[in-house]
Amino acid sequence: MKRLTLLTSGLALVAGMAAANDDLITQMDNADQWAIQTGDYKNQRYSELDQINAENVGDLQVAWTFSTGVLRGHEGSPLVIGDTMYLHTPFPNIVYALDLANDGKIKWKYEPQQDPDVIPVMCCDTVNRGVAYADGKIFLHQADTTVVALNAESGEVMWEVVNGDPSKGETNTATVLPVKDKVIVGISGGEFGVRGSVTAYDMNTGEQVWRAYSMGPDEDILVDPENTTHLGEPVGENSGTNTWEGDQWMIGGGTTWGWYSADMDENLFYYGTGNPSTWNPSQRPGDNRWSMTVMARDIDTGMAKWFYQMTPHDEWDYDGVNEMILTEQEIDGEERKLLTHFDRNGLAYTMDRVSGELLVAEKYDPAVNWTTGVDMDPESDTYGRPAVVAQYSTEQQGEDVNTTGICPAALGTKDQQPAAYSPKTETFYVPTNHVCMDYEPFRVSYTAGQPYVGATLAMYPAPDSHGGMGNFIAWDNINGEIKWSIPEQFSVWSGALATAGDVVFYGTLEGYLKAVHAETGDELYRFKTPSGIIGNVMTYMHEGKQHIGILSGVGGWAGIGLAAGLTNPNDGLGAVGGYAALSDYTALGGQLTVFTLPD
Amino acid sequence: MTRPASHILAVAALAVAIPGGVLAWSDQPVKPDAEHPQVPVGYEEDGQYFTEDGIPTYQIDDDGTVDWLTFSGFRRYHAECHVCHGPDGEGSTYAPKIKNSAVNMDYYDFYDVVVNGRQNGNSVMPHFGDNPNVMCYLNDIYVYLKARGMDAVPRGRPPQKDAKSDTIAEMENACMG
Repeated sequence: MKRLTLLTSGLALVAGMAAANDDLITQMDNADQWAIQTGDYKNQRYSELDQINAENVGDLQVAWTFSTGVLRGHEGSPLVIGDTMYLHTPFPNIVYALDLANDGKIKWKYEPQQDPDVIPVMCCDTVNRGVAYADGKIFLHQADTTVVALNAESGEVMWEVVNGDPSKGETNTATVLPVKDKVIVGISGGEFGVRGSVTAYDMNTGEQVWRAYSMGPDEDILVDPENTTHLGEPVGENSGTNTWEGDQWMIGGGTTWGWYSADMDENLFYYGTGNPSTWNPSQRPGDNRWSMTVMARDIDTGMAKWFYQMTPHDEWDYDGVNEMILTEQEIDGEERKLLTHFDRNGLAYTMDRVSGELLVAEKYDPAVNWTTGVDMDPESDTYGRPAVVAQYSTEQQGEDVNTTGICPAALGTKDQQPAAYSPKTETFYVPTNHVCMDYEPFRVSYTAGQPYVGATLAMYPAPDSHGGMGNFIAWDNINGEIKWSIPEQFSVWSGALATAGDVVFYGTLEGYLKAVHAETGDELYRFKTPSGIIGNVMTYMHEGKQHIGILSGVGGWAGIGLAAGLTNPNDGLGAVGGYAALSDYTALGGQLTVFTLPD
Repeated sequence: MTRPASHILAVAALAVAIPGGVLAWSDQPVKPDAEHPQVPVGYEEDGQYFTEDGIPTYQIDDDGTVDWLTFSGFRRYHAECHVCHGPDGEGSTYAPKIKNSAVNMDYYDFYDVVVNGRQNGNSVMPHFGDNPNVMCYLNDIYVYLKARGMDAVPRGRPPQKDAKSDTIAEMENACMG
């Protein structure tokens, strides 16, 4: 009852302040700027700028550099609004405002005070995927889950709100989605038994407007049992609890640390939920809804319009959090509003983003072997479900059994590093991992604020392939086919950028910024930056010149698995040491490198 | 090498290991050929191996068969510890090669750091004292890492292992509840 009142008052608030955020839309429409981490609300990471193009990108030079002063893994990218660049760092989450009109002089610097106790409860390094901008404010979502709004001109704190409790393992690595009069934020901590949620705060006051959990009672997960659909069928009552045993949903995972996109005409935003806790599937029977799910929710109320659970009852840690890229394309002769998603599980999904209908689900790495594919027959009882191969099922092999040769590994065929889409070529450019694993689940017990994992993993480059651990691919989302694929020695852990200049940019873990031709994938340029790249490439125009910016600073998941090199236990002793160790190529460092063409 | 020299080496390594133990990609090298009194097996008790001084240690047969605790330590390490300390104890971009710490540090100091954690600036080792998934298997993890640090077992999953003894199974069940 209480929750209903909250929702109603939230609605009233919305009516009074609708569309307060046309500002960000205007900023994003100006191709000279990089106003949001994802390039735009559609998450296309595409720029109309074409001064740097396939003809001249080979002449690219370093224009200027900036050291962040932090050595941990640097994900995300800077923003550029007007003459100011906003740059963030990993923990301690410093924000710099750099004056581009004054040679990058520091206009202001904000360094939050955070309890270092949050550091060890962050799975896999203290990364942060960047700040957001709207209405003259910079939004920082800190590691300790504090969301802070800073005055974009002065760096002064305008409001602060705490979204989660790090003592229970609730942390943050993601950016936020500023949309209309709200700031929508997610949460991390799936490896600590956190119950994932998405929360909307009032952009002007920081007051909570609504919160939607990934699992739990209907009033917690904001569904309408009759009108919220899963593949066209109503989800029914108690859909967030009836595929869990007992109260396991309370520590169910399904965290929400990925990227968010929005369709303003439909008034919907899109994101994915992470793995169910624990990694031992035998300990949590059932489909574990709504972990591993693509979600479409109403921006104003949080009410779910449709869900699609990609990996029911996860057995491999294939979080569903990767970005949802929105496009308008022709499919079967009909112009449709599409959503394309490259999941950790190795399948690329093309969906109708209005209805939630599944249109295409195909492997985007031929190495993927845990499934033979998704049942695409709407009449079938298993419609939309992936057919699991028994040999690679850690559930069917059972507890205390080492299931070997599963592709992809837990880090997925792709992790959060975002793909780009060029409307010009109607092609997606996707950074991928080419890594397989052995996985042995076993019994664990839950303690609040402690890791809740329950499986042992060994990862290694995909066998019988090119020996590298990554590919950079061009993907056709209508036919579900790879157009071309560039083998990479290491996983490609950097977000891509596509431009109207027919150039696609991405970074590599050795530290290269690479430019390739959007049609052919032919390499046009490379430059070795000071440290491995796990950040996302961005572009902006300043004083008549196009610039390309990229953060270096190796770390994150990639800094764990690849630092010392991967070994394949199945290859025997002979191969040990045969695989490249990242530490032979690069060292720690946090630096922004900005490129432009010579005068 | 004489005992005093190895003692000095161990102390020097410890001095590096404690303040510098938080350095990413740092290597506090171990010389497996040197004398390591905390390594040789003194006696066996129900499938668990100890040094003369009663410190848990590993037992590896000539054919590569490892004792149960070393195998179990491999499993538990790769669930609880490897997200910071990397596969096979090899370290990551932000946490040290803990396989070497298991040799360079005194058993009781190692135990203390796992139970209570420690901090050096923005490098933080969490405390696992209230985590049964770690505490019930701390000796397992310790002997596995010590074996890795001494190069007594190669990287990856140990291919053969001794069976779990009834005593070990009883202790595990009692601890996990």
